[in-house]
Amino acid sequence: MTTAPLDKTMPPKAKLSHTTVYWIGFCVVMAVLIVAPLVLPVFWAKFLTEILIWGLLAMSSDLLIGYTGMISFGHSAFFGLGMYGAAGALLHTSPPNLWLAIVYGLAGAAGAALFVAYFSTRLRDIYFAITTLIFSQIFYVIIFTWTAVTGGENGLIFTRPHFSIPFLYDVRFTTTTMHWFVLALVAGSYLLLRRITRSPFGMVLQSIRENEARTRAIGYPVQRYKIVSVMLSGLFAGLAGVLYAVQNEFAAPDFVFFVTSGDTVIFNVMGGIGTLVGPIVGAGFFQLLRELLSRVFGDQFPYLIPLGVVFIVMIIFLPQGLLGFARRWLNR
Amino acid sequence: MEAVSQFIQNIPLDLLLIQTVNGIVTGMILALVASGLTLIFGIMDVVNFAHGELFMMGAYLGVLVMATTGSFWLALIIATLMIAILGAALQILTLRPLIGRDPLNTILVTFGLSLILQNFALWEYGPVPRKLPEPITAHFNLFYLQYPWYRIVIAALSAAIIGGFWLYLKYGKFGIWIRATTQDRVMAQAMGIPVPWVYTGVFALGAAMAAASGVLFGPLGSINHTMGLDWVLKAFIVVVVGGMGNLGGSIAAAIFISLLEAYASIWVSPAQAVIVSFIVLILTLLFRPTGLFVATPK
Repeated sequence: MTTAPLDKTMPPKAKLSHTTVYWIGFCVVMAVLIVAPLVLPVFWAKFLTEILIWGLLAMSSDLLIGYTGMISFGHSAFFGLGMYGAAGALLHTSPPNLWLAIVYGLAGAAGAALFVAYFSTRLRDIYFAITTLIFSQIFYVIIFTWTAVTGGENGLIFTRPHFSIPFLYDVRFTTTTMHWFVLALVAGSYLLLRRITRSPFGMVLQSIRENEARTRAIGYPVQRYKIVSVMLSGLFAGLAGVLYAVQNEFAAPDFVFFVTSGDTVIFNVMGGIGTLVGPIVGAGFFQLLRELLSRVFGDQFPYLIPLGVVFIVMIIFLPQGLLGFARRWLNR
Repeated sequence: MEAVSQFIQNIPLDLLLIQTVNGIVTGMILALVASGLTLIFGIMDVVNFAHGELFMMGAYLGVLVMATTGSFWLALIIATLMIAILGAALQILTLRPLIGRDPLNTILVTFGLSLILQNFALWEYGPVPRKLPEPITAHFNLFYLQYPWYRIVIAALSAAIIGGFWLYLKYGKFGIWIRATTQDRVMAQAMGIPVPWVYTGVFALGAAMAAASGVLFGPLGSINHTMGLDWVLKAFIVVVVGGMGNLGGSIAAAIFISLLEAYASIWVSPAQAVIVSFIVLILTLLFRPTGLFVATPK
């Protein structure tokens, strides 16, 4: 789309290189997302921010599903630990500090990720998926029953920290600035993940996905690579958890429950695994469908039934997901 | 030493005895669930994420049939048959198009199925837990305690179903087809075995086993729309701990884990007792990833 008017002004032979088109596309999408909260009503601006956060969570899990070839059903643990880490930092320091919340959240997620990665990478395929799910349930049970620290069923409630740069700048978040802050972190994470997947390290991960036995035979320590990829993925999922906590000003055990992990996998499959942007698109598609269904049929409508049907139909007839057609182009 | 001997003295022996019997009873139900899961996985290479939901739907159907006919045994039979038909329909609609694709696709599809079934149950039957009345109310004396006969009957019935299933696999015509398909899919097809229908049959059989255990479990605990996840997770733990695709190992592991959980719930709340089975899984993964109840691989 963006190339059409440019092509006319140039001589027909000089085609735009892949990199140029990619960066023009990136800038256009960024510009749209930056302007969006200024134009949209508050409800939809917040909706968009949440899509970005869910997109970051899904993107983190894409590193495992799409690039290393391991389906994780346990991302709720990393997301939840990020959430509770941020909550801990915000409740116990005064004034609440945003950066400290991020550090605590990432530390919590990293701890959980190390634990999960160390054990579950011993197994492959389906057994990996199941053990990650079981580990996330361990964290859920602990958080749900350890009422003294985590608030149990009620979770933790806190106020949103200010955006601050020490000694220089200190301002309260509005819906718009919160959106920009989330957008900056999500875009930064995307670029970082893109760099990681295109690096030699990322190439080894993709070779594990294609043929694990051969990768091991060449001499790569496969398990160590897997542990690092689970930990990286856990860190980005933890960041998503921190952002969600800061955006909504609470941490609740529901988000550590299996449903969050299931949603993450659905976002990935709907958007297209192995594309990094696909999961964000998938998250948007899922949330929009859900909002549409609950507006048309009312709040009590079990929206997950039609969404589940859409999900199954997509796996059978569109296994590449919405952005699957662009997979090669995006990874070039 | 003082503390240890005090702890040992404080173990309530009567509770320990009750929990041993309870553990074996739930263990037998779990073994029934896990053998359905193992059957589907071993033969079709499909990890049935919706297995817990089939268990749950079986229990709900049992409640419905019980409410209309008043007979528990009729409920057991009808619910089992209906879930078998549901299983066959689901397999034809969703899993058959995926034959020959990456097996990870099947875990995603069955995950979608579990989502649909779970939300259907919530929508149709509401969030209030249901309960099935016990069909046999008689008790017997276990030393100086009263113990309901029904639980013993459940354990025996579960064992009978597993045993019958094993005999069927060994000697029944369809059982031989199933084993032939497991060994060599292409050769089985060449010999005239309708392989796609064997898959459908296997899925229906596994679903029936899940539904039967759901109805049998009905009188022991409350039936709600989220119960499936607990059971499918426990069944997966059993399958890993028992050694993958090993029927005898699964049964041993099911009883082992249920006993541990039953003992643990003497001291901690049942919600926390679940962690014991998770710890067993972690230790198994650490020291014996091929499974606890199988011979050491060479």
